[in-house]
Amino acid sequence: MADSEPRRGVGHRWLWPTLALPGTIWLLVIFVVPLYVVLAILFGGVDPILRQPVPVWDPRSWDFTQFDFVMGRIFGSDAYFRPALIRTVLYVAAASFLCLLIAYPVAYFTARFAGRWKGVLLAALIAPFWISYMMRMLAWVNLLQTNGLVNKTLSAGGLFDVHVAWLQGHGTTVVLGLVYGYVPYMILPLFAGLDRAPVSMLEAARDLGASRWETFRRVTWPLSRSAVVVSLLLTTLPMLGDYFTNDLLSGSPSTSMIGNLINNSVLTPGQTGQAGAFVLIILVVSVLPMFFYVRSTRYGDEVAS
Amino acid sequence: MSSPLSWWRNPWRRPWILGVVTVGYLAWSLLPVLVAVLFSFNAGRSRVTWQGFSMRWYYGDPLRSVWHDSSLHTALTHTLWLGVLATAITIPLGVAMALGLDRWRGRVPAGANLAVLVSFVLPEILMAVSLLFVATVLVTPLQLGTSGQVIGLVTYQLSYPVVIVRARLLTIGRDYEEAAVDLGASPFGAVWRVLLKMLFPAIFASAVLVFADVIDDFIIVRYLSGDSSTEPVSVKVYNTARAAPTPALNALTTLLLVASLVAVTVGFLAYRWFTRGEKGATLDVFAGEA
Repeated sequence: MADSEPRRGVGHRWLWPTLALPGTIWLLVIFVVPLYVVLAILFGGVDPILRQPVPVWDPRSWDFTQFDFVMGRIFGSDAYFRPALIRTVLYVAAASFLCLLIAYPVAYFTARFAGRWKGVLLAALIAPFWISYMMRMLAWVNLLQTNGLVNKTLSAGGLFDVHVAWLQGHGTTVVLGLVYGYVPYMILPLFAGLDRAPVSMLEAARDLGASRWETFRRVTWPLSRSAVVVSLLLTTLPMLGDYFTNDLLSGSPSTSMIGNLINNSVLTPGQTGQAGAFVLIILVVSVLPMFFYVRSTRYGDEVAS
Repeated sequence: MSSPLSWWRNPWRRPWILGVVTVGYLAWSLLPVLVAVLFSFNAGRSRVTWQGFSMRWYYGDPLRSVWHDSSLHTALTHTLWLGVLATAITIPLGVAMALGLDRWRGRVPAGANLAVLVSFVLPEILMAVSLLFVATVLVTPLQLGTSGQVIGLVTYQLSYPVVIVRARLLTIGRDYEEAAVDLGASPFGAVWRVLLKMLFPAIFASAVLVFADVIDDFIIVRYLSGDSSTEPVSVKVYNTARAAPTPALNALTTLLLVASLVAVTVGFLAYRWFTRGEKGATLDVFAGEA
């Protein structure tokens, strides 16, 4: 389907635009325009009495007070927001790394070695998609109570005295919660990528004398690299905006991430502009990796066609 | 072949360690949920000690069971209602968009394509916060409550049918359509009577996916909910999980799980029926990988 020449007969000039326009306009109006509203509020003012945001629509009269305030508390001497941002980077990096560490072997095994169990395994791997995220977190809230099953298991039937308050501000619990929540989103794209890798190439490598490890390092891994990039993006970017995992599994300011900063300020009178500033930060941070995503998707399209 | 050494030297041995990792992962991923489902049948108030089987938290308890606590079953019905509404709007919009963007060349469709991809990967909180600002600052049809929630969900989910249907279009090609036009169909007729029928499995798969994703949604539905009558299950869980949870909360999520499993099972069987005899039709499409 590489040819883009106009074909005879099929489709009038108006047909395709008519089909595409409703969705396009919808996205423009309800996705792009609201982002501008965020800017107008961030660079607008605050009503001094009602503490309501007063958006300023004209960029020429934008006021940078709120933005400077947030930047000052990130980079300035009063670095009130900085710890949460550093924590976000650390937690998300750790969780993404652990996700990859779990997802790659699982996807690899399912794609290559599962044999007749492949369908069953795949269904089990997809299952978390049909279980609500909140239910999966609730399940851990149940298990991690101080008198919950995790502590009971760790105390091995009373042999040890374990009373770890897992749900009281533990960074490890939050990271493990993130891993638990997002690992399925990584396994599926990795599985798709690894499943597509041609077996003949692997066999050729083995026939030419490569060891199992060398085959993996020099054939399988390079073939799967674009799938790894896509799967990392699909897990890392949502994690950046996550605040509920943190709220449910820790609920303490000592483990706040940028999502918590947004959530805490978005409904607080007078702090709406701050929320806008954090939203802008996430947007800027997400846009860079997105270029990789768009590029790898285009590349994928070319390969497929 | 039976000694450990020769097993180790066999270059085609199965990597059992990967199998162990996979099975271990599956246990870790599914057991906590099974435990939660189990405790929704607990006879007592505890969510950690088993006190016998009962249906107390489903309908037995006159105050706090899902059946009798109106806030719980409102959450459940509102979730399912949002799922149906958002899917019903997203799918036609997305399928038409996929068809149009696939064939229409130029700058506008290229930009729309980019917007689809961007909305696919951007953190959801960006869209939720910006729509919340629109709802609170501007006077538009987008109001807090069901209308805002549905509009937000449709926007967030629109990329699913677009991506999945386009992937399917790629494998169908243009021959059938051209044949239809050669045989006298109008361009629209060719799309309506030929292409759409062939796209049906993909459309169906994306509908099931969108539905499942919508009833799982949290950030958009929370920020755009108006009052407690428009708070779906996920918000209910978030609000009560740490405050005053009873096994009724487990019962509520178990019911949602059952609803989505019914949707998947029906969807999968129907999908198999639609694609019977086709070689390329596997579970993969259904998993949303496209």
